[in-house]
Parts: sequence; C-alpha cells; structure tokens
Amino acid sequence: MTFPRVTYNEAYLDEQTKRVIRRALLKGVAIPGFQVPFASREVPMPRGWGTGGVQVTASVIGPDDTLKVIDQGADDTTNAVSIRQFFGKVASCETTTRTDEATVIQTRHRIPETPLSEGQIMVYQVPTPEPLRWLEPRESETRRLHALEDYGLMYVKLYEDIARYGHVAKTYDYPVIVNGRYMMAPSPIPSFDNPKLHRSPALHLFGAGREKRIYAVPPYTDVISIDFEDFPFEPQQFKTPCEACGSVGVYMDEVIVDDQGGSVFVCSDTDHCERVAAARAEDDLQAQEASA
Amino acid sequence: MTAVFTGAFDSGQPLLSVRNAGHRYGDRFGCRDVSFDLWPGEVLAVVGESGSGKSTLLGMLAQRLGTDEGSIRYRIDDQLIDLSDLSEREVRRLWRSEWGFVHQNPADGLRMHVSGGGNVGEPLMAAGWRHYGEIRTRAEEWLKRVEIPVDRIDDTPATFSGGMRQRLQIARNLVVSPKLVFMDEPTSGLDVSVQARLLDLLRGLVADLGLSVIIVTHDLAVARLISHRTLVMKDGAVIESDLTDRVLDDPHAEYTQLLVSSILQG
Repeated sequence: MTFPRVTYNEAYLDEQTKRVIRRALLKGVAIPGFQVPFASREVPMPRGWGTGGVQVTASVIGPDDTLKVIDQGADDTTNAVSIRQFFGKVASCETTTRTDEATVIQTRHRIPETPLSEGQIMVYQVPTPEPLRWLEPRESETRRLHALEDYGLMYVKLYEDIARYGHVAKTYDYPVIVNGRYMMAPSPIPSFDNPKLHRSPALHLFGAGREKRIYAVPPYTDVISIDFEDFPFEPQQFKTPCEACGSVGVYMDEVIVDDQGGSVFVCSDTDHCERVAAARAEDDLQAQEASA
Repeated sequence: MTAVFTGAFDSGQPLLSVRNAGHRYGDRFGCRDVSFDLWPGEVLAVVGESGSGKSTLLGMLAQRLGTDEGSIRYRIDDQLIDLSDLSEREVRRLWRSEWGFVHQNPADGLRMHVSGGGNVGEPLMAAGWRHYGEIRTRAEEWLKRVEIPVDRIDDTPATFSGGMRQRLQIARNLVVSPKLVFMDEPTSGLDVSVQARLLDLLRGLVADLGLSVIIVTHDLAVARLISHRTLVMKDGAVIESDLTDRVLDDPHAEYTQLLVSSILQG
C-alpha cells in the first residue's frame, strides 16, 4: 500500500493564510474596487503566472465546488490545465471546462461568452492592480489620488490617445469606475469584456500575487468604463464570424494559417466555440435526416 | 510708474491674510514672523537674495509646506478660513480650482511627455470636464493667448523652447480661472528678450483676469514691472514692505538700499 509522500492542507494553503485572504476579500467586497493589501504567500508556481488568482481560488474553493480555469479564453493551454489539475488534486473539487457548470472560474484575460449567473465566482489573475500606475509611478501618490478621488490623470491619458490616434487606443485593461467611486483596473481583459462586468450577477474577485493586492466587484454593481461625452466608450468589434462555429458578436483570436500571411478568426472562448459548433452539427444532422 | 491698480477691490476683506507665519526646517526657521494682507487683484512681489526664505514663504503660503507658527487665512465665500483647518481634500480643491503655481523650472510644473494640449487640459479634466471637443477648444484658446502656435498643440513640451515651456506652464495654471497664482522666479533661466516678452504677457493676463499674484523673484526689475507691492526678505524675515515704487525708489532698510544700489545700470 502506498501513501502520498506529502499531505497538503485542503486547497494547498494553510487555514490561517486562507483566513487572512478571506478577510481581505470581505473588505474588498465591502468597498467595491478598492485595492486591499494582503500578505501574498508562495504557491507552487512563479509570480506572474497567476499566483494571486491561485491564492484567491484556494481561499474560496471547497470540495463541493466545480472549477473551470481559462487562459486567453482557452481551457486547454498549459497554465489553465495545470492550475485545474492542481486544484483537482489539492482541493478534491470537480473540474470542468463548461462555463455553466462551474461555480468558480479562474481566468486570465477573458470573461466567458456564456452569461454568468448568480452564485458563480470569477477569479482574475491580475498583473498590475493599479490603474494609475503607468501615469504615476509612486504608490504613495496613487493611494492619495484614490483617497481623494482625483482621477483627472486618467482622462489625460484618454485625451492623449484621441489627440494622437483619433480614438482611445487602449483595448485591454481599460479603466473602469466601480460603484461610482473607485477607479479600477479590470486586469488585462479586453475592453470587449468590460460591459460584462456591469451589474453582473456573479461575484468578481481580483488577486494580484506579485503586487500583493486584492479587490472585488460584488454582484449587481455598476462598472462604468471611463470615456468622454463626445468620444463614448466603444468595445472592440469583429466583422467576420468565427471560422470554426460561425458565432458573431464574440471576442476573436486571429490565427495564422499559412506562411503567406493568411489568417482566420476563431472564438477566443473555446468552451463557447465547441458548444456552438456541436449544436450546429446536430442541427445539420437533423436537417439531413429530415430531408432524407 | 508701470504698475497700475486694475483689480476689483471689494468688500473690504483681503483675499489672503498672513499673521506671524513661519515654517521650520528642523530647529531652524526657513521664514518667520511674516505678516501681510493680499487684496483681490493685487500683485505682490517677494524679493531678496537666495537663501533669504522667499521660496519657503511661497511654499508655505501655497500649503506645500506646513505652517509651524502663526496663521494663514484665505477668503472662501467671504469668510477668512485658516488654511491649517482645511483637510487635504479641501486644500487639493483649492489647488485645482482657485490657485495656480508657476514653478521656476517648467519641467516641475508640466508633464514633459504629455502634449501641450493635454497639459493645458489636465486641470480642466481634474475639475470634471468630460467633453474632449470643449477641452481641446479651451486649450487652443489658451495656447493662442500665451502666444504658442496652435499647430504645436499635439507636440510635447520636451520639444518646446524654454520660453514656450514657461508660457505653456502659465496657460496650464490660468486655464481654470484661478483667483490667486503663486509664481516662483518665473522668468529666471530665460534670456533677456524672452523675459521681457513673458513679463509683458504676464502683466496683460493679470490685468485682464483680475488675478491676485504672489511672485517670488531676485530680480528687482521684475518686481518693478509687474507688482503693486513688494516685500523684501532677508534671513527668513520681512525687513521692508510697501508699494513697489516706494521700496525701490526710496529704500529705508539698509539691506534694501544695498539691494537697489547693486542693480547694474546700463
């Protein structure tokens, strides 16, 4: 009979650490969009690979949960697969790739196309939690700007974009105002996904492991992308339907298909793409049978 | 006599009232026992050699440095409010909406890698302007007013000459129509012809807008050209204060006499 050489606590982190993180999460939920400092612990992956998200997931997940992990919308990339397997092992939870079956979804870069529902938790891996960081390098100063709600600086950035390019050039990590108060970086999700945060029925938790910050958007909270009156916020649009499933109105990846520069657009959300393609195949089959 | 009283002197209350104010660096005072009233529309020059506490005084008045003794009161809604009673948020509101600060080195007062238009527009955006077209129109107006070609609106101040940078900094400070502007040696570091143009421009703007200005300078010619009243500082104390022409033509204090007589006559 063999025993595992090391027995991990449930969900890897020790209970005390999980309590600390839950405390930070509660504070984050109580003050939507506010960055709560926390003592980021080591987890068995390098910082920058989603350690913040992993710590948040570890603190909210239990054996009854079903976990989905996506990276750039895909369930089958290395990082997504290994994080999913990690929690399957240490938290003894179910794992899935289906958005509608998951209770906890850890993500980098995307919010799934399938609408989220009440009771679901989105966990974001955040590289730079401070939306004002590239404009003001001093942490002491950005904190003061948040405290005084002094966000003119971000509009200077938008102004510069419009003056230079004729439109706001930022297409990911597009800053939002949460609950009419705090400016928040929605992590590097495309601006396409920003509207999905607005009054979302799900709970959104953001963890930045390297920067040691946690913040949150509770369910049904106003999340407004900042803009000018005469240059309203416009999420990115795609003209062509998905090459694989024919979906329109979803976020696309451009895939190079040959070495002549040819490319096709396919859904970035692999779960959505598979299900639409399967449903279409079934419809085609039924149509064939009906005509036969 | 070149300085003309143009501002609206109203209601018998000063805009700024300073009593025995001092700021301390460790156990040494940078300036001490300063008292004066500044009236709406008045331009006050603070002169003195370097190290005399001029910039400390200016920093203290603008609430960039703390007031360690005495009081500085500022008129808000016809009431003189002690500035040390205001919260940081309220002081910031004053910075954004009622005060300007023109630094000696334009790089300290500008964002060098943000376009000229963005620099002028930033105070407007901080004050809640959210219409790109209006911000840009206002920025263009102000560039014209400070004689910067409008086609440079999208260039960064890093590509501007020293004189243009200083004029841009002035535009950025005046765009929100402040009541009180602090200036720290705004003309030093510019060559003489550019200085003259800048002073001309400043004088025009101050008269047009009815601004109150406190200008720190070591250059008595600047004081004579644009100020109504002058404070002379030495070793952190005010040793003489009166109408500019009186101070410069008939200096009473020994040090002021030395200062006035040491101007190069050409």
